[in-house]
Amino acid sequence: MNIIDRRLNPQGKSLANRQRFLRRAKEQVVKAVRDASGKRGIQDLENGEKVTIAAGGVREPSFHRSGSGGVRDYVVPGNKEYVEGDTIPRPEGGGGGRGNEGSADGEGEDDFRFVLSRDEFLDIFLEDLELPDLVKQKVKQTESHTLTRAGYSVSGSPANLSLVRTMRNSLSRRIALRRPKPAEIAELEALLREAEEAGEDPERLQELRQELERQILRSKRIPFIDPIDVRYNRFDTVPKPIAQAVMFCLMDVSGSMTEHMKDLAKRFFMLLFLFLKRRYGAVDIVFIRHTHEAKEVDEETFFYSAETGGTVVSTALEEMRKVIEERYPPQDWNIYAAQASDGDNMSSDNAKSAALLRDVIVPYCQYFAYIEVAAEHNMGLSALGRETELWRTYKQVQGPDRPLAMRRVRSRREIFPVFRDLFARDKVGA
Amino acid sequence: MTAVITKPGALIYDGVDWDYDTIKRVYDAIEHIALNEMGLNVYPNQIEVITAEQMLDAYSSIGMPLMYKHWSFGKHFARDEMLYRKGYRGLAYEIVINSSPCISYIMEENTMTMQTLVIAHAAFGHNHFFKNNQLFQQWTDAEGILDYLEFAKTYINQCEERYGYAAVERVLDAAHALMSQGVHKYPKKRTLDLRLEQKRERERQEYQEQTFNDLWRTVPRPAAGQRPPKSVSERKKLLGLPEENILYFLEKKAPRLEHWQRELLRIVRHISQYFYPQKQTKVMNEGCATFVHYQIMSRLHETGQISEGAFLEFLHSHTSVVFQPEFDDKRFSGINPYALGFAMMQDIVRIAEQPTDEDRQYFPDLAGRGDGMAAVREAWANFRDESFILQYLSPHLMRKLKLFSVRDDAEDPYLLVDHIHNERGYRSLRKMLARQYDLGFLEPDIQIVDVDLAGDRKLILHHRVTNGVLLDESDAKAVLRHIANLWGYEVQLVEVSAVSDAILKEHAVTAPSGVSG
Repeated sequence: MNIIDRRLNPQGKSLANRQRFLRRAKEQVVKAVRDASGKRGIQDLENGEKVTIAAGGVREPSFHRSGSGGVRDYVVPGNKEYVEGDTIPRPEGGGGGRGNEGSADGEGEDDFRFVLSRDEFLDIFLEDLELPDLVKQKVKQTESHTLTRAGYSVSGSPANLSLVRTMRNSLSRRIALRRPKPAEIAELEALLREAEEAGEDPERLQELRQELERQILRSKRIPFIDPIDVRYNRFDTVPKPIAQAVMFCLMDVSGSMTEHMKDLAKRFFMLLFLFLKRRYGAVDIVFIRHTHEAKEVDEETFFYSAETGGTVVSTALEEMRKVIEERYPPQDWNIYAAQASDGDNMSSDNAKSAALLRDVIVPYCQYFAYIEVAAEHNMGLSALGRETELWRTYKQVQGPDRPLAMRRVRSRREIFPVFRDLFARDKVGA
Repeated sequence: MTAVITKPGALIYDGVDWDYDTIKRVYDAIEHIALNEMGLNVYPNQIEVITAEQMLDAYSSIGMPLMYKHWSFGKHFARDEMLYRKGYRGLAYEIVINSSPCISYIMEENTMTMQTLVIAHAAFGHNHFFKNNQLFQQWTDAEGILDYLEFAKTYINQCEERYGYAAVERVLDAAHALMSQGVHKYPKKRTLDLRLEQKRERERQEYQEQTFNDLWRTVPRPAAGQRPPKSVSERKKLLGLPEENILYFLEKKAPRLEHWQRELLRIVRHISQYFYPQKQTKVMNEGCATFVHYQIMSRLHETGQISEGAFLEFLHSHTSVVFQPEFDDKRFSGINPYALGFAMMQDIVRIAEQPTDEDRQYFPDLAGRGDGMAAVREAWANFRDESFILQYLSPHLMRKLKLFSVRDDAEDPYLLVDHIHNERGYRSLRKMLARQYDLGFLEPDIQIVDVDLAGDRKLILHHRVTNGVLLDESDAKAVLRHIANLWGYEVQLVEVSAVSDAILKEHAVTAPSGVSG
C-alpha cells in the first residue's frame, strides 16, 4: 500500500474550469451583476456577490423523459396501511412524492446560483469603463520619480552598504584563502601551553611555537573584511506614474434638496469613489457642501445634516479652489470632481460660477461631472425642456476640450447607466 | 476462518487523531481480515490524503484525478463550493477510482475511526467490486484509464491551442449532451483497451500507407450519375443502422467533421463508456462496500483492536449511511442504494446460513448452502443491479422494507397501489424494482434509424416511447441542435410508440448555417 499526501499539491486545479465557466456565462453574469448593483446599497458593492443567473446559457441538455404524462410505476418503501387496489390522491407537484427528476439537491434547474469573488465582481461591474486619460496626466508622469532596487555595486555611500552581501563575500574569501579561525588559534595556544607545562620535547615545542606564529601572521595578512568584499545596494531612479487621486464631492444642501435627491447624489459619489479606488492606490475624498456659503465637512455632516439658506454655487467652487491650492497641488494629484445639485442657483451668481469653472476648476481637474438630481415626480418640467439655471450656466462652459460632463438623474435606476455612460470606454477622450 | 493474530485488548489506535503510522497499522489489520477471513481479491491500493478543497475539485471533474478542461466542470465546482461553504451539504468522506493501483482519496479532517471506515469501505469494498465484477472486467481497463485521461487532457489542450477555445468547446458541449447516448450497451467482439487506442490509430494509418497500390487508381469507375439507387435496407446496412450509440455514429460517419473533432467525440465516448458499469451497479457497488466495511469494523471490534468509543462512532455514521426514509418522510428521495445493497447482502448471508422455509421455496439453490461470504462474493462477481435484485430480493426483505408499488397514470385522478408485500405481490414487486434499476429501461431508447447520404442527408432518429412518456421537449430540442451542429445537416427526431408504432411527436432542427461546428 502507498500513502501519498496530496494536501500540498498545487491548489486551484479548477481555476481554469472556472474561467471557462465565467466566460461562457459572461452575458448572464454581467446582467446579474448589474441587477444586483441596482438592488443593494453601493457601500457594500465592494464585497463579493452571490449572483443568480438563469440556467439557460449554462444548461447542459440531455435526452431525458419529461416529468409529466404517461404511465409510471414506482416501488417505494414504508407501506403502512395500503392494500392492493387502494387509491391515493395525487400529491402536489408530481407523482408519488418522488423527486428524482431535476432537483436532487433542493434547487431548481431554472436558476443557477454561485458566488463571485470580490475581484471577479468588480471586474465585471466596472468592465469596459475607463478613466478619462488626459494630456495632463501623461505630462505629469515624467515629473515624479521613485527609486527601485537594481542589484549591487562596488561603490556607494555608507548608508547603502549591503551587510549581507559584504559578509558573504568576506566569508567566501576567508574560506578560499584558508584564514585560520580564532578557535583554531586558541586551540594551538592551548596545545602549546599544555606542552610547555608537561615539559615536552623542546623540538616539538619549537614546532608548535612556529606553527602558532605562522597562523597568527596569516590571520593578520588576510583581513577579516577586505575592501574588495564591500558591496553597496544600488538603486535606479524610475519615473513614477502618479498613483494618487483626490475626489471632490460638491453638493448643494439648501432646503430645496430633498432626502431623495441627496440619496441619488450619494450613490453617484460612492460609485465614483469605487471606480477611482480600482485605478489608484490611494484616493482622498473632500466633501464640500454649500448653501449660500460653502464649507468643507466630513462625510457624516455632508450627507445627513440639514442646512438652510440660499444657493450660491460659486462659493463651493471657490472653496474647492482653496483646498486644491492648499493641499492638492495639481502637478502631484489627479483631481476628480463630482457636483450634485438640483439646479438652483442665484441668478446673480451664474456668471461668476461659469467663470470660476471655466478658468480655474476645470483646468485643474481630470474630470468634472455635474449631476443634476431631481425628484422623481416633478421631472416632467425639465423633461419638457425647461432647463435649470445651473444647467444653462454650465452648458456655456462645456467645450470640446473641457472634461466637463453633465447628466440628469431622477431615480436610483438611472444612476448606474448614467455612470456607465460617463465612463464608457469609447466615450473617453472624445 | 483463520485464527486471530492480535491479542484481545491491543488497540491499533486510540483517540481521534491520525498519522501515517497509525494508518499503516490499521491498513494491515484490515487487510488481514479482508484477505484472509473474507477472501477478498483487490487491486494494489494507493491512499491519497487530500483537503476539502481538493475534494471539491475531484467532485467537479467527475471524481477523476485528471480531467480535461471544460466550463461545465467549473459550473459544478461553483455550485458545489457554494453549497458546501454555506453548509447546505457536507462532503463525501472518500472518493475511489477504478484504476490499478486503486486510488482512494481520504480527507484530512476525518477522524481516525472515519479513516479506518473509509479504508475498509473504499480500499477493500469498492476495490474488490471493481476487480471482480464481470461488468467492470468486460468494460473498463483499470490499468489504462489514467494514461488515457492524461492523453485526453493533453490532446484537448493542444486542440484548444490550435483551433481556439470556442471551437473545442462547441464540440465538447455537443458530445457532453450525448454522453448517455455514447455507450455500447452490448459487447462487440474485442474488448476495449484504452491505452492502445493511440497506437492502433497510428498502425492503421501505417498499414494503409504500406499497402497503397497505385494500380487501383487506374481501375475504371462507374460514371457519375450511373450509380444504381440502393435499397433502403442496403443503405442502412452499409451505415450500420439502426445505431443507438449516437456519438459513435457521428464520430465514424458525420460527413463534415475534422479529424480532431472526431477524436474529441471519441474521448467523451470512451469516458462515458468507462462509467457505464458504475451506473449499472450503484446498489451492488455501494452495497458491497458497505457490507465489507461493516464486517471489517465488526471484526476489528470483536477482536478488541478498536475501542468501544471508536465502534460507537462507526455505528453512528454507518447507520446514517444506510438510513432509508419511508416514502411519506420529508427526507425521502428514492431508495437509498447503500441501504438496499447492504440489506440485500446481509440477507444473502442469512439465507445461505440460516434459511427459513420460505427462503427454501424462493431460493432452492442458495438456502442453507452455508458459507454466506462465498455466496455474497459470487453475487458480486456475476450480477448488475437489475439482475441482482431479480435474483436475490427476498420476501423477507420486502416485508422488512414494507415495499409497495404505485402506478401513476396521468389520465387517472388517483394513484393506484398495485402490489404490496404479500404472497401475491412478491414476484411482481421484485420484477418492478429490478426494472427500476435497468438502465435500458430508465434511459429513453433513442436510435439513429436512417440517413440519406445521397439525398438531403437528413439524419432521422427514433425514440421508442414506452408507457407513453415523451421526451422533455426543450432539452430534446437543445440536444438535437447539438447533433445538427456535428452532423452538419438537418436532423429529425420522431417519437414512436413502442406498442403501436404510431408517431406521437416530431422534433426537427434545420442544418446549421455556415460552416458546421
